[in-house]
Order: sequence, then C-alpha cells, then structure tokens
Amino acid sequence: MSSTQLETGNQKLETDLRELAQDIVRGAMAGGATAAECVVREGDEFSTLVRLGQVETLKEAGSRAIGVRVFNGKRAASTYSSDFSREGLDRMVKSALELAKITSEDPFGGIPEASQLGSLSGDLDLYSADVYSLPAEERISYARRAEKAALDYDPRIKNSEGGSFDAATGHKVLANSHGFVGEYRRSYCSVAAVPIARNENGTMQRDYWFSVARNLGRLESPEHVGTVAAQRTLRRLGARKGKTAHVPVVLDPLVAASMLDHIFEGVNGDSVYRGASFLAGKLGEKIAGESVTVIDDGTMVGGFGTSPFDGEGIPTRRTVVIENGVLKSYLLNTYTAKKLGLQTTGNASRGLAGTPGIGPGNYFLQPGTKTPQQIISEIKDGLYLTEFLGHGANLVTGDYSRGASGMWIVGGELAYPVEEITVAGNLKEMFFNISEIGNDLEFRGAMACPTIRIEGLTVGGE
Amino acid sequence: MNKNRFFFDHYGLTEHDLERYLAAAFSAGGDYADLYFEYLSSTSLMVDESMVKSASQGISAGCGVRVISGERTGYAYTDDLSAERILHAARTAALIASGPAKTPSVGFQEKAARCLYPVTLPSVDAEITAKVELVMRADQAARAYDPRIKEVRASYADELRNILVVGSDGTFAEDSQPLARLNVACIAKTEGNSARGSAGGGGRVALDFFFGEKTPEYFAKEASRQAVLQLDAREAPAGEMEVVLGPGWPGVLLHEAVGHGLEADFNRKQTSAFAGLIGKRVASEKCTVVDNGTMPWRRGSLNVDDEGNATQDTVLIEKGILKGYLSDKLSAKLMGMANTGNGRRESYEHIPMPRMTNTYMLAGQDDPQDIVRSVKRGVYAVNFGGGQVDITNGKFVFSASEAYLIEDGQITAPIKGATLIGNGPDVLTRVSMVGNDLRLDEGVGTCGKDGQAVPVGVGIPTIKIDRLTVGGTAKKEIGGFMQ
Repeated sequence: MSSTQLETGNQKLETDLRELAQDIVRGAMAGGATAAECVVREGDEFSTLVRLGQVETLKEAGSRAIGVRVFNGKRAASTYSSDFSREGLDRMVKSALELAKITSEDPFGGIPEASQLGSLSGDLDLYSADVYSLPAEERISYARRAEKAALDYDPRIKNSEGGSFDAATGHKVLANSHGFVGEYRRSYCSVAAVPIARNENGTMQRDYWFSVARNLGRLESPEHVGTVAAQRTLRRLGARKGKTAHVPVVLDPLVAASMLDHIFEGVNGDSVYRGASFLAGKLGEKIAGESVTVIDDGTMVGGFGTSPFDGEGIPTRRTVVIENGVLKSYLLNTYTAKKLGLQTTGNASRGLAGTPGIGPGNYFLQPGTKTPQQIISEIKDGLYLTEFLGHGANLVTGDYSRGASGMWIVGGELAYPVEEITVAGNLKEMFFNISEIGNDLEFRGAMACPTIRIEGLTVGGE
Repeated sequence: MNKNRFFFDHYGLTEHDLERYLAAAFSAGGDYADLYFEYLSSTSLMVDESMVKSASQGISAGCGVRVISGERTGYAYTDDLSAERILHAARTAALIASGPAKTPSVGFQEKAARCLYPVTLPSVDAEITAKVELVMRADQAARAYDPRIKEVRASYADELRNILVVGSDGTFAEDSQPLARLNVACIAKTEGNSARGSAGGGGRVALDFFFGEKTPEYFAKEASRQAVLQLDAREAPAGEMEVVLGPGWPGVLLHEAVGHGLEADFNRKQTSAFAGLIGKRVASEKCTVVDNGTMPWRRGSLNVDDEGNATQDTVLIEKGILKGYLSDKLSAKLMGMANTGNGRRESYEHIPMPRMTNTYMLAGQDDPQDIVRSVKRGVYAVNFGGGQVDITNGKFVFSASEAYLIEDGQITAPIKGATLIGNGPDVLTRVSMVGNDLRLDEGVGTCGKDGQAVPVGVGIPTIKIDRLTVGGTAKKEIGGFMQ
C-alpha cells in the first residue's frame, strides 16, 4: 500500500457513496457471493469543552468507513475497512468471501426478501446543516454560557467539569444484491453542563443536564441547561445514606428510561429465540400492569430514533410492543424473525461488521395524566430516584439490583437527599407494580419514559 | 519486539514528513504537539447454537493530532493518512493556540524498546482455522458439562494494533500491541428456572495461549459451572454486612473505589473525592495498591502508553497511605508531578487521558480460610459483572455475579446477583484482613471513561471488608436471613 493509492481512494469516495456501495456489492457477487450487502458511513464531529470559563478542549474531525456482509449460500461473513483505496476495498471484499467459507451453514441466514425492502418517503426532518452554521466562537460561547449559568446560580457551586457543545452529522448508505440502495443523513447538536457543588464540610456532589436536538433552533438555551444542572447538583448536597426499607419508589424520567430499556432488551429477538430473556415465550400474555403501553416507532418526524429504513433496508414502522400490559410484539430483524417464525419489525441495527443486531426506533412508554408533583405528593414515605449506578440487571432471570441515589419522600414532599443505596427486585414483577405513570414524556434520545411509580422494591442502605 | 518501521514501510512516511506535520500543528504556537498513528486489524468469530454464525475482520487506520497550549487541548484526526489530510488535521488542531508559529525540536529520540508481549505476524489462513477450532471446542465443552446447559455462545476476538507516537519534545515511540480474548456465555435451564454464566480470558497473547495455558475447555467449564450453580441461588440479603471478596476479578473493587478517583485529571481539577488526600490515610495498614503496566502479556499492560512513555509500576496506596496519582503528559506538567506513563486513548479518534493499566492489591499475611471463618454472617463474593463510580462523591458499585452466604464462619448457600455499594475514600479503611493469595483476573476487563474504552486488568487477594452495603431483596432478620 502506498500513499498514492490512498489518494486514488479519495477520488473514488468523492464521486458517489451510493455508486461505491453498489460497486462493492457487484464485486462481491462477481467474486462468488450468493448475496451481499454493503454499508458506507461518513460523518463529521465537532466538540468543545469549556471549564471554569476557559476553553479546555476543541475537537474537530471527519471520518468514514465501509463494511460488507456476504453470503456463500447459507454461510455468512463480514469485513470492514477505513481504507478506501482500490486495493483496500478489493482486499475487504476478498477477505469476506474467504471468511464465508469457514462459517457454518445456518438455515435461517440471508438478507431480506426483495419484496420487503424499501425506504420511507417524505421528509423525515433528520438533517439540518445548521448544526454547523455557528462560527467556532459561537459554539464555544454556547458551552461557556451553559457552564456560567450553573456557576452563577449559587455560591456553593465553585467547581465544574465544564460546559460543552457538540455537533455531528452522519451520512449512511446501504446497498444489497437485491438492488436495494438507500441513504440518509442525520444531524445532531447538544449543549450540556456538569457543575460541582461543595458543602461547608467539604463533601462534593456533581450532576448534569443537557439538551439535544437535530437542529440548532430546537436546542434549549445554554442558560436553561446550566440552571437545571445547578439545581440538580445542589439538591444532592448533604446526602445521607438511606435506610433499608420496602417503600414506594418514584423514578424520574431519565432513570425510568433505563428501566424501559430492560423491556427493550427483554423483547429483543436475539434474546428471545435463545430463551435468554425473562420475556421469551410471553407473547400475548400479561407482563405488566394495565396502564403500561410501550411503543416503538421508527417513523416519527424529527425523532432521535427515526430512519427511513433499518440496518437491512426494511422500511421502519410503528410497533406496539406492550398494550395495556399485554405483550403484543417482540422487536425483530430478519434473522430473529425467521428463527421465531414471525415477520421482521424493521428493527435491524447494522454496525460495520458482524451480523445485524436489534435497535430501537423511538421507543417510549405511553404517558399518563398525573404530573410528577402529584405522584410524589401521594407518597408518605418513599424514595424519589434520580440516578442509577452500575448495571445490575439479569435479563435471563429478571433479577435486578442496582446502586442508586435520589431524594427521600416524607409526607408527599422531597425531604432530603440520599445516596449509597441499592434498589432491588425482579423485572418480572416490577412492570406489574408500576402503579403510576406521569404526563411528562419528553424525548432526549431514542428511548423516553415519563415519571413512574413502582411498588415492592427493596431499598438497601443502613 | 519486532523492530519494523510499520508506518514508514507501509505508508512511505519519513522523519521529514513527521517534522512537517508537527510544524503545521505548531503553526499558531502552543506548548506541545503530538501525532498518534494507528493501524488496527481485528478478527472476531462467534459460535451460537453450535454453529459458527459470524466471522468478521476489519481494518481501521488513522492519525490523531493534538496541540496543547496551557490547559487547552486542540484535537483533530483523519482516517486518511495522506500528507494533505494529516496537514489539514494538524492545522485544525492548531486553532486551539493563538500565538506566532513555533518550531518543534528537531530530531526524535527513540527510547529503548521493551517487550512485554509476543507479536506473531498473523498468518491469516492457518490461524482462522485454529480460531474456529477454539470456539467450537468451547461450545462442546460447555454443553458436555451438564445436560442443563441449553444455550451456549462462544466468541473469540483478537486484534493487532500498530502505533507510532511522535511529539514536539522529540518523543518517538512505536509499538505493536496484540490483544486476544476468548469468551463463553451459557444459559442453564430446568423446568421453570433458568440462569446464566459466563467466563473468558486472554491478554496480549498469541493464539497458542488458548491451546496451552488457558484452553477453551477451561473457560467453558467455568461458565457452565456458574450457570448451573445459579439455578439454586437464594435471594441475596439487603443492608450493611461483612463482605469477603475472593481473589482475582473482585479486584474490580479497587478499580472503581480508588483507581478512577486517583486519575490525575480529576485531581488536577479538584473534582475527585480523593483530591488533596496525598499523604493521608485512605485504607487500613494492610492495604498496598499498585497500578502496574509492565506485567508481561497482561491485558492492561503496554510497552509504551499512548503518548509514547514507558509504562511503570506505580504505588497508589502504601500500607494505607495515599502515595500518588496516575498521570499523563498534560496532568504531570500542570501539576508539577512525575509522569507515570498512564496516558491512554481508545483510538486515534480520541484525546489521551490518565487511565489505569493493571490495578491490584498486594498479598497480605492472612490465610483465606481464616478470613471466611472469622465472619459470623455475611457475604462471600467471588465473581463480578462490572462496576461504576461517581468520582466526585466517591460512591461506587460493583455487581456480584457469583456469591454465597457466610453463616457462622461457613460458606453456605449461593445467592442471586447483588450490587455492592460503598464509598471509595473509606471502604478500604474497613479492610481488616488481607489474604496471602493475590491473583489477577483472567483478562476480560474493559474500562470506560468519557466514552473511551481501553483494556485493563485488576487483581486482589481474598480480603474482608467489615461493613459494606449489599443490595439484595431478602428481608434481614435477627439471627439470620429470611428466605
């Protein structure tokens, strides 16, 4: 390999990524593949971190990569490369074809049927070039303003891990040997602040807040972000160790979303067909309380989890996962659907290499009617959870145990902060024990959940 | 260590090119600039349902350019190693500084090379067959262990990372870093009950490691044993109690409770619960904790860190007294302390920062059996999933995946996975016994910080912690645990 050849690669890239992806697929088929699929990704990122008013880091870069998956009958293999030279691309395809000789014949392997492929039409509002429209100084100023708002909020906030502004754009192309070729661009920008507050006795607490959007216009003001970050940090000051107790627990939307994520993992076709999920085999059964309805919708205009087609070229769709507590659908890609004798739900997620996994569209719990304040006010003695620490969920058994911190609820009010506690239960029961769902559904990512109240958890502390 | 000039040979790079790129990085001044070239080739295989369902190989290459000016860092990278793109990245990174152009020192000094790990040049075709054999053997051994083992997933992944780091201070370091890992995950099922187990290991080793020292059968049996054991696990207790940690991977306690809090960047910014505690007691006298990047073939080891400095064996806590932090170039300079060779990064796309290598507690005097016998009622935890820490308030968790009750000095029933939670700056002050059985983990650890993942090792002898909160579901009763 020499630098001359690398430069040839650049010219190739600049011609057309669609053409390139189709070219790779044709090359793989010519080399003996019975089916092939190629993905090309390119993206740009910008990030800046301002700490105590001074720029700490400034990062800017672009990158691209290409991956190919080939089938040799029922045998599959994949390769990827960041080397776009003709030689690099040829080697990538050749390696994939070689590898597909040593894998096993899997009767369920293959790319989707031609009739299943397609792409949503219309403007999904996923891309806005305006995330890069700000001059560098303005971007830094976003980060600085967010941090400043936090630092100015209260004299106890004297330190900070900084304010940040990030922007990124991505372009993805997918082509396969059924003639499918699709592409889309997405953009994103975010502003965040991570202040640190200190007590008279020297103990410190840190928290954060952020806003994220697909275009600059929808981003919350840095001042708002900094202020919320300060409030979230200050309320943790003076935290004591909680007591060991069985009490109602209220989860704020961010931690509730992580609970909802366990349902996602539980209905993930890959875990289901292996019986590695506490929800495997429960289709049509009641798995949660009456008020629980969970939707996955990859088609929402402007959504963080939206795309016109999934990682295999299947148009995305809206899937009711749980309706009034009854499990209605797993989330599937082509392979897991075949294994289970079902239809794909268009949830294939495709990295550069390996077999496609399962990814969410816009995945959320249907909101209720009560405000978070109402939900808290109905509890005499309980816990309001604002943070989880660690990853103690066992999806096979449903056993659940995680570190946590939050506020103790006394007489319907958030009374004092608590930390160094654990929350434990079993996921199979926990979703039946969701007794309240708030009205505060708000997307800050592909998964979103309103405030929820859960009964019957064990809180571990002193 | 093979003394090839990887980037010189493969990309036609010359010292003159490197000087030109560094000069571009200094085009607006600055205190320090460096280039990090990386060429990473990786392979992975996975067996599921006794079929090799996936095989993949890939190549990723690029160059990251960093410019430091005071406390400010500018960073840019390119995955195209042409002169034009590297110069563009260098000029982008240079925007962090705002002074007149500077000239980097001329002439690079290459440090004496170390060789902590073997580098066998991949003979791809011969090796891939051997790798397939490894995962298939793991699958068969796991299923043969017990008829209740119903699902097995075995995977093998390896990579070879070639790096070149050059700096405006004359730094010139090359390294070839192999990394391999074999993993087995299985599910045991009975009528109405199921449980999981997993095991794996490896390091900066060649393929023959898995045919000699640690075979697929070794990991498969361990994964199956855990899954079958968990079928009968009882509810874990909840609340504060005595906890005994077994040797090896439970050293993840050290990684979370003290390791992260001792990374110099957090202490420079005074955001760590350990800030200002050097010279103070943070552990019992029996505790000496080190971070050692120089252990042959270990997963967390490196000949040089990702800033081109030799790694070292650094004492963090000596007989309970906090001795030092883990630093990189930037924090060492700004804090006026020695560079411990802990500057690491996930890839050329990332800015280096202080990270751990292999973090462990030295062996003590106690007999592990005496340690268990000394506990009236508590938990004996021998295997863990992962952990997490909030370095500012010091709270950390780690999740036991294999643990037992200790009742009247005897290990009794296995208990379900439970999270253990504590406070970093004082948990080690409650360590009352330290075993003579130091062991390092099998080589599975990956540490995440600021979105960057790097391989690490941990280790610990059997230790007793007098009080730690266990996050189970069982109600505690006087005289025992209610089931």
